[in-house]
Amino acid sequence: MHANQHVLDRRKLLQLAGLGSTAWMTRVADVLAQEAESAPRGKPAKSIILLWLAGGPSQLETFDPHPGKDIAGGTKAIGTSVREVQLAAGFDQLAERMEHVSLVRSLVSKEGDHERGTYNLMTGYRPDPTVLHPSLGAIACHQLSDSGVEIPRHVSILNTPWPARGGYLGPQHDAFQIGDPRGPLPDVKARVLGKRLERRNENLNVVESAFARGRTRAASATRHVETVKAAQTMMTSEQLKAFDIEEEPADLKRRYGDSPFGRGCLVARRLIEQGVRCVQVTLRGWDSHANNHETHTELVAMLDPAFATLIDDLRDRELLEETVVLCGGEFGRTPKINGLGGRDHWPHNFSFALAGGGIRGGRIVGQTDPEGTEKVVEAQQVADLHATVLKALGIDYAKEIITPISRPLRLSDGEPIEKLLV
Amino acid sequence: MWARNLLFFAVSLTGLVALGASLFRQVESNQEHPRRTISDEQREGIRLVASSIDAAMAAKWQEEGLTPAGPADELTVIRRLALALVGTTPSLEEIRWLERLPADQQFEAYLDALFADRRYSDYMAERLVRPLVGVEQGPFLVYRRRRFVSWMADQLYENRRYDAVIRDCLASDGIWTAQPATNFVTVSLQQDKNNLPDVDKLAGRVCRAVLGVRLDCAQCHDHPFASWEQNDFQGLAAFYGRTKLELTGLKDNGEPHEFDIHATGETKAVEPSVPYAAELLPKTGPVRERLAIWVTHEQNKAFARATANRMWAFMFGRALVEPVDDISIDGPHPETLNLLADDFAASGHDLQRLVRIIAATQAFQADSRAAEDSELTPRHAAEWAAFPISRLRPEQAVGGVLQSASLTTIDYDSHIITRITRATSEQDFVKRYGDAGVDELEDATGTVTQRLLMLNGNLVAEKTKNDMINNAATRIARLAPTDEKAIETAYLATLTRRPNPEELSHFTSQLKGTTGEYRIDVLCDLYWALINSTEFSWNH
Repeated sequence: MHANQHVLDRRKLLQLAGLGSTAWMTRVADVLAQEAESAPRGKPAKSIILLWLAGGPSQLETFDPHPGKDIAGGTKAIGTSVREVQLAAGFDQLAERMEHVSLVRSLVSKEGDHERGTYNLMTGYRPDPTVLHPSLGAIACHQLSDSGVEIPRHVSILNTPWPARGGYLGPQHDAFQIGDPRGPLPDVKARVLGKRLERRNENLNVVESAFARGRTRAASATRHVETVKAAQTMMTSEQLKAFDIEEEPADLKRRYGDSPFGRGCLVARRLIEQGVRCVQVTLRGWDSHANNHETHTELVAMLDPAFATLIDDLRDRELLEETVVLCGGEFGRTPKINGLGGRDHWPHNFSFALAGGGIRGGRIVGQTDPEGTEKVVEAQQVADLHATVLKALGIDYAKEIITPISRPLRLSDGEPIEKLLV
Repeated sequence: MWARNLLFFAVSLTGLVALGASLFRQVESNQEHPRRTISDEQREGIRLVASSIDAAMAAKWQEEGLTPAGPADELTVIRRLALALVGTTPSLEEIRWLERLPADQQFEAYLDALFADRRYSDYMAERLVRPLVGVEQGPFLVYRRRRFVSWMADQLYENRRYDAVIRDCLASDGIWTAQPATNFVTVSLQQDKNNLPDVDKLAGRVCRAVLGVRLDCAQCHDHPFASWEQNDFQGLAAFYGRTKLELTGLKDNGEPHEFDIHATGETKAVEPSVPYAAELLPKTGPVRERLAIWVTHEQNKAFARATANRMWAFMFGRALVEPVDDISIDGPHPETLNLLADDFAASGHDLQRLVRIIAATQAFQADSRAAEDSELTPRHAAEWAAFPISRLRPEQAVGGVLQSASLTTIDYDSHIITRITRATSEQDFVKRYGDAGVDELEDATGTVTQRLLMLNGNLVAEKTKNDMINNAATRIARLAPTDEKAIETAYLATLTRRPNPEELSHFTSQLKGTTGEYRIDVLCDLYWALINSTEFSWNH
């Protein structure tokens, strides 16, 4: 009885109910409905790379500078390849590629706590004690096919306090977590080889068949044997190489940056080349309650080359059109600078950057108040960001899924930001 | 000099071999276990309640035409008890001890022994505090989770009335270190809001964890099924509306908390009130104490139902009413839940008695396999006509790996090195295995990460390599008198059962005539397979 068995999408349910005298009609209607849905203009993207800025980056020191205003606290802005668009100082490389990147400067959330805010951004829903929502990556894995991929299709690189979960879609869609890709991937090498490995697997089969006797159905519902097989497939897969950046040119590695985050971004590109659906790369440390400016200068110096090189690298390989790249954190930071030179949590209006597949470049959505109030022009809910990404992936964002608690829930409760979509 | 070194090595080596042999013998020794016994009269009372539950379930099975699974063998039931009550598999030492007792006494002797074991109170405390305070680290300085857990463990060890324990959590004044129960409140203190408690969070936990109702849905909207409204929830939250932190700890003399009233759009203080059974609420007394008395009142059955439902879930891996914290106030409730809750309230909220009753039911003692000539259907699982199969929690899985590699029982009396191994490797393993946090009862399958960790991870590798001191597999290979005995010992230590004839013949043919290193390898490979099986990672 695993969670996934409870998950039926509502359309399928209606279809099943409709089978009978009008079965032929249902099928035609269904084909038509699918056509309409999965054939948007242009080809849908296939993968997501999320550059996750854990801790809540300041919009003012990243994607929404207000140079010269009180709230800037001295932070300067730089021009970009798109006239009218400015980024905070430090994003020199990203600035040169702004025609590929769009910014939403008017994200609005009610979650000012790290854990709740992270949940909100990851899932597009606010925390709800009655149901665990799936993260964006889990939805992509669940909704899009898995043909030919022998490694986990949802990967999270570098430690994050709240990793992306499969939620009601089941833990098989939880993100597979890895650390700094400098070291070898843990636990993927069998401890014994040859005859001994054969003996171990043979032994396992003997024990499994003893257990299945009299409880065939219950034993197979655990998916244990299947999961062991999936793990073993991965262990011997050629695709495992995607986790290893050893063979990448030194120059490219240097451009990404000699940091765990830079290496993580490079691995992210290698993974999506293999058909992985969603890769999250986490850069921690943005929670700048004190020394906001220094903190941001340091982190932006890591983010900027990695982000910019990722865009170049994806373009060089003609992968940018197939990949939605997202960059942001759980909330923004207060326009007012506190006594410790820090900025505190600010979910009222903050920024996210988007680029790649199905997303127009060089656009700005929304505007924040230069005086630093909560007022915002063209407010966008977090759920709207999710709907936008799902639509870019060719997924029907409004589709209702019957959750394990029998409550139908939309994949996203928001509406796409059409201005950003190709 | 080299001679002295050589002598030193020789002495050490002799010591190691002697130690290994003594460990193996110790397992077979006649050591008695301390027990928490109860009177024959109490045992009879427990049997009576369990058999009325059996009768209620049997009627349901008959009505639905379900053939229940037969009884599980004794060792399977022993394994379920160990997983539920101490979070690990039984040790070989425990199995040997039990098997020296008459068959009809083993089950109760084991329960008596577990209740006298600090492992029970420590493990159960951790599980019971999760819904009360969550797993978060909480606010700095003013919240001490460990202190709270060890306080809870002490209460459970004494088997103090559970209603009194909960009253302490809800109503204690004072400082979080001297009065550990206050951590129930201090975990919600908001350091950015003058250390005032998050009243909504507290009320939500009182509802869900203690009463088993989801009144907190009404915080933002009216409950979809029940008749709760926003003012019901706010009335409850208002019991914490004056709580504040002073130098001497928690006190109820702050300015009343102001709530957002959705209906009118205003912000104002709300009078403390309870959503039902208002006649049970004391008219006078300290405000949180009034709430605590109402919540745990013998006639407020929600508390007894919620506790019974949660304990059932700990024992079976699945609650009687799901989700575990969403039980309707008005019913109807399953007859089993009513019987358990009535007895729990009448017995003075005796948690150990509740566990004993659940363990004595036919449902708990049932096999997870179908009876001869029948097949198990989802209806069997739904109506408890067979024992449900559920995934082990991470600490149960790690506890099982360590325990099965040790033969003797790992507990507080064990060697210091064993204990440290347990603590650090356990923490690391649990982190990588993925702790489900507060949603620990969610129905779930395993992940690839977990399988990789078990197939190739350090902990399992350490426990399945040639190592005379740390590994049962090595010791068994060296010391078991026969091949059959070696295989049987490995099965008992890992899966708490004996091998079936096919398994025995498969493994005896591997072991036959082997010696030395090769024999150890074969035993280690057997251990690896047992630890990586479905049977090991799931309760059944």
